[in-house]
Amino acid sequence: MIRIVGVRKRFGDREVLKGIDLDIPRGSNLVILGGSGMGKSVLMKHIIGLLQPDEGQIIVDGEDISRMSPLQLKRVRGKFGMVFQNGALFDSMSNWDNVAFPLREHRRDLKGAALDERVRHLFQLFSLDPDVVGPRAPSEISGGQRKRVALARAVALDPAIVLYDEPTTGLDPITTDQVDEMILDAKRKLGVTSIVISHDIASAFKIADHIIFIYDGQIVVRGLKHEMLTSTHPFVQRFFATWTAKNV
Amino acid sequence: MAAVGQGPLAFVQGAGELAVFVGRTFAWMPRRPFRWAQLFRHLRDIGFGSLFIVVLTGFFTGLVFGFQTLQGFRRFGAEALVGPATLLTLSRELGPVLTGLMVAGRSGSGMATELGTMRVTEQIDALSTLAVEPMQYLVVPRVLAATLMMPLLTAIFTGFGFYGCYLIGVGREGIDPGVFFFETWQAADPDDFYEGWIKGAFFGAQISLISSWQGFRASGGARGVGEAATRAVVLSSVSILVGTYLLAELLDPLIHGYIWFDALPK
Ligand SMILES: Nc1ncnc2c1ncn2[C@@H]1O[C@H](COP(=O)(O)OP(=O)(O)OP(=O)(O)O)[C@@H](O)[C@H]1O
Ligand SMILES: [Mg+2]
Repeated sequence: MIRIVGVRKRFGDREVLKGIDLDIPRGSNLVILGGSGMGKSVLMKHIIGLLQPDEGQIIVDGEDISRMSPLQLKRVRGKFGMVFQNGALFDSMSNWDNVAFPLREHRRDLKGAALDERVRHLFQLFSLDPDVVGPRAPSEISGGQRKRVALARAVALDPAIVLYDEPTTGLDPITTDQVDEMILDAKRKLGVTSIVISHDIASAFKIADHIIFIYDGQIVVRGLKHEMLTSTHPFVQRFFATWTAKNV
Repeated sequence: MAAVGQGPLAFVQGAGELAVFVGRTFAWMPRRPFRWAQLFRHLRDIGFGSLFIVVLTGFFTGLVFGFQTLQGFRRFGAEALVGPATLLTLSRELGPVLTGLMVAGRSGSGMATELGTMRVTEQIDALSTLAVEPMQYLVVPRVLAATLMMPLLTAIFTGFGFYGCYLIGVGREGIDPGVFFFETWQAADPDDFYEGWIKGAFFGAQISLISSWQGFRASGGARGVGEAATRAVVLSSVSILVGTYLLAELLDPLIHGYIWFDALPK
């Protein structure tokens, strides 16, 4: 259970988050929608403790992570995996080593063939060929492939909570669908909590148990498909207008 | 320079920030796991990365220092003392300082660029989310490697510098090699070398801490990374030149103190 209470954040004289309140139950999928530059990524970085709020609290399983020391945070981070908007792959390592990195760090029991097996499996989970993509550097593969390597790295340790910052932006429809299925699968089979920032309305409706729409640092609509499409907020109406025109 | 140039307030702010960074580095240093692979990577990078330039500058520094010293000593007919005079200066002062400046330019800028790039591309954040502490994984091995490598590079600089001086004194000036080495042997004192190596170690720590700090606080894309690298080199260089004076004052009584005691009337 993640509980966000009255979170505010400013950078210089610009207030990016203007009081966010949100409960995310265990084992549910939350999708965050909103226009560009509205504070979605900033909110996500608060949830995993990369940014500290100026005001408010972020409570993960009963512990307020917004006031934790780096050492305490390190312990809590074991529950999380995160896919960054731009991948954030380690460019001094091969793609293989990127995916193997969390396993080598935290699963000392996995060695040799067992480790290789696990890494191969993760590559294949995201339709990547470990023998082709693995040995290359992150700079030597396509944007969509990078995104998938980042996905594989984020879920390598089977975290209980996975944060996805635009996991499917730049992926083809088939792979997008596979990622959606994986998120749903993780929830069904392992009770994983997923928090997904997306611009893809169709997949948002497909995977979400709950959707929030962020506008100008505030949550302006909460709910599901129905609440989104019937909102009276002018920006939200414009946001869904093109999609509605095509799909209704 | 920018931190210095923006006035006293920015300077104090920067110094405070750096102090916190240094404190955190030392707090993470004794924690496990120890990053052997990272340490060896940086030992190799700093050592081999700067070796050629250190050899080259050491050699020419010895050449020119020997040359100018000879011009002076000739006036007293003391040409044969060029060896010990050069060795003393190289081992105590020029060795560590010039090696430090070279390593700041070569490895300091490299550290700031690499860490700065990792910062702006969120790789440092990604490390944190994988429950690996960036200070421990990225900074501690760099600081240890630079601190261990600098005394060695200083010794290499001094060695090649002395060789340059030998070429000038013996090869060009025609000093008898036996006399040249005898005079050097007579005057050389191991403590001079210790002073240089200790200074080197301090400079290595200074360069790596300042450069890592600048890399970690980089922001705003390629340009921000470039600025961080420039600041890393400038601030490291200033800290070396200020540091060498402070260390000379500090180390002199500690290392060479016994000379003073020996001179006391019995
Ligand atoms: N570290 C930072 N320092 C200063 N400003 C920042 C920082 N991070 C984000 N911002 C600002 O906060 C605002 C919100 O950024 P954020 O990345 O959360 O947008 P977003 O909703 O994720 O947009 P997008 O859909 O384009 O990714 C932006 O105006 C951005 O300039
Ligand atoms: Mg974003």
